[in-house]
Amino acid sequence: MPSAASTGEPAASLGVHSLTKRFGTRTALNAVSFELLAGELVGIIGPNGAGKTTLLSILAGVLEPSTGELTRSPREIGWVPQQPALYSKLSVAENLRLFARLEQLSDPERAVTEMLAQTDLRDRADEEVGRLSGGNQQRVNIAIGLLCEPGVLLLDEPSASLDPRQRERLWEFIGALAGRGTTVVFSTHNVAEVERYADRVLVLVDGVLLFTGTPAELGRTVGGDRRDFEAAFVHFLHERGH
Amino acid sequence: MRWLLIKDLQILRRSPLLVGVLIVYPIAIALMIGFALSSPPGKPKVALLNEVAPGQGRINFGSQQINVAGYASQLFQSIDPIKVHSREEAVAKVKDGQALAALIIPSDITEQVQSLVTTGVGSPTVELILNTKDPIERQFVDQAISARLSQVEQAVSKQVLRVAVTDLQQVLTGGTIQFLGQNFHLLGLRNARTIVQGTIASLPPGSPLRVALSQVSSFASLAIEGLGFASPVLGSIGTPLTVVQTQLAGQTTPTDSYAAAIAVIVSLMIVTVLLAAGMLALERSENTYSRLVRGLVSPGRLLSEKIALSAGCAASVSLLMAAFVSLFVHLDWSRCELWVLALACGGLAFGALGVAIGGISREVSTSSLLAFLLSLPIAFVALVPADAVSGAVKSVLDAVAFLFPFKAALQAANNAFSGTSPGIGWPLVHLAVLTVGFAGLARLGLRRFA
Repeated sequence: MPSAASTGEPAASLGVHSLTKRFGTRTALNAVSFELLAGELVGIIGPNGAGKTTLLSILAGVLEPSTGELTRSPREIGWVPQQPALYSKLSVAENLRLFARLEQLSDPERAVTEMLAQTDLRDRADEEVGRLSGGNQQRVNIAIGLLCEPGVLLLDEPSASLDPRQRERLWEFIGALAGRGTTVVFSTHNVAEVERYADRVLVLVDGVLLFTGTPAELGRTVGGDRRDFEAAFVHFLHERGH
Repeated sequence: MRWLLIKDLQILRRSPLLVGVLIVYPIAIALMIGFALSSPPGKPKVALLNEVAPGQGRINFGSQQINVAGYASQLFQSIDPIKVHSREEAVAKVKDGQALAALIIPSDITEQVQSLVTTGVGSPTVELILNTKDPIERQFVDQAISARLSQVEQAVSKQVLRVAVTDLQQVLTGGTIQFLGQNFHLLGLRNARTIVQGTIASLPPGSPLRVALSQVSSFASLAIEGLGFASPVLGSIGTPLTVVQTQLAGQTTPTDSYAAAIAVIVSLMIVTVLLAAGMLALERSENTYSRLVRGLVSPGRLLSEKIALSAGCAASVSLLMAAFVSLFVHLDWSRCELWVLALACGGLAFGALGVAIGGISREVSTSSLLAFLLSLPIAFVALVPADAVSGAVKSVLDAVAFLFPFKAALQAANNAFSGTSPGIGWPLVHLAVLTVGFAGLARLGLRRFA
């Protein structure tokens, strides 16, 4: 899948420096640092409890880091939580309109119209969100994350509850976003998606960033005889005692 | 905050069943409480067997007759009598539930009373048969009949005393009495003494009758003095105590308007607490809380919006309810601006309590259940009469009632509706403090809300 990262000039879109998060005595993130480039599609993988959601929540401004800093304000970052964060009794357009107004966009109606068009939900604009399929709810969820036209979009396990067809459409949509220059960061348990769609992969284990590079580089780190990316990833974890 | 308010109103508009239940349920509860508090208890159905033959209900006492049977009618002020013709029928009525109790007046009750008042011997007895299935009903009937019987006893003894005093007066002053259908003239002690003293004066100085008649005159004087003292004493025994009421708390609250205030505040509480708790918890259930507080809305503003929304909706419903109730119960419309103030402040305090529940429970169904489970005990604790429990328990209940807004809201509404004391100022201050306190508790709950 072509993206700006592979075709355009690389430019730092978001810098993360020594991000640490502690919950009491437990350290959920430990001095995590990386940089994201404009138009890059970055996948974060790791076992359960690795700190993926904590990292995304800090980047989104939902959680405060214990130490460390970001080069962008969370208000400039779009965020799509794992579960659709929508009012099920409101229609698609009403949800979009509400968040456009809360974002204090200069022309909320225009933003709603554009998002309906981008997510191909114009025909469902007046339907209650609670009556939409999981895939369509996820599209509305993403549309709200994109309302403020962010340079960086965070997606927390975006395809977790979708069927294969809905997943395919979702990745087409995300690829198009990255193609337009939006940096997209997503977390997932589906390492095949990372191999297939991500320009770069971050491996997070026990709050520590163990690897950053392309999926191919991750495979090479483990050894060339691995037949699939998932086996390479599991071997990578085993080698490091996880 | 405006857009959040509009959003919540849109959600409510699309949940007609929820809104309907939120309005109808508290109003139904409130009306039941209102009726229970403002309506006197009904008369219990009592099977009544009066074995006294017609015309045999009179006793002779002194110069007069007392109609004992006439006093039985006083019983009917407290009971709804079902006339029966035998003891078995009376028992059957109680057993099959047609009557809560049976009262049996024996045929010789008149003779028993006659014996008591003339010789001081005997104990007139009536029989009360109670259904023991339901202890509350049993107590209710027992109290109703016992209280009325003691009034009848008091009335009979008062009548007996009145006759006794009248007869004593006639012994003193003389007059005409009727006995067995004939008129008899009584000379009276005073007249007798006057005659004796006149006779003594007309006797020669050395007459041997003078000493004997002087003794009779002295005895008459002593008897006049003693009986003259006895009459007012006997008269006062009939009503030994006079109760003088003094109201210490200014104007008294009419029962009806107090019941209306309770009904309105119960309604206000249930709607506000459920709405505030549910609407806040909904933000988490819909996963929107995290999205809102990442720079779009601060947690404090979100809480304020929920409190304002629930207080506004519930105060409007309660105000309409108060206006409707005022068609039947006197509420002082000249103080309607205070109605609004009391209901608005009460609504804000209940709203803050609601968001505290929503913030702590974090889930719509849990918060609704918790709000419901808390609401009724809060009202109950505030309504327990001072003399219904021991002093220590009452102190605990007062302390608990002080920590929740129901009592202060009730005092404020009661004052607003009928201008009774205590004034509205302190309850409003109390409500404001509780609003801040519960909002602070809700803010703490939001720390683990995301």
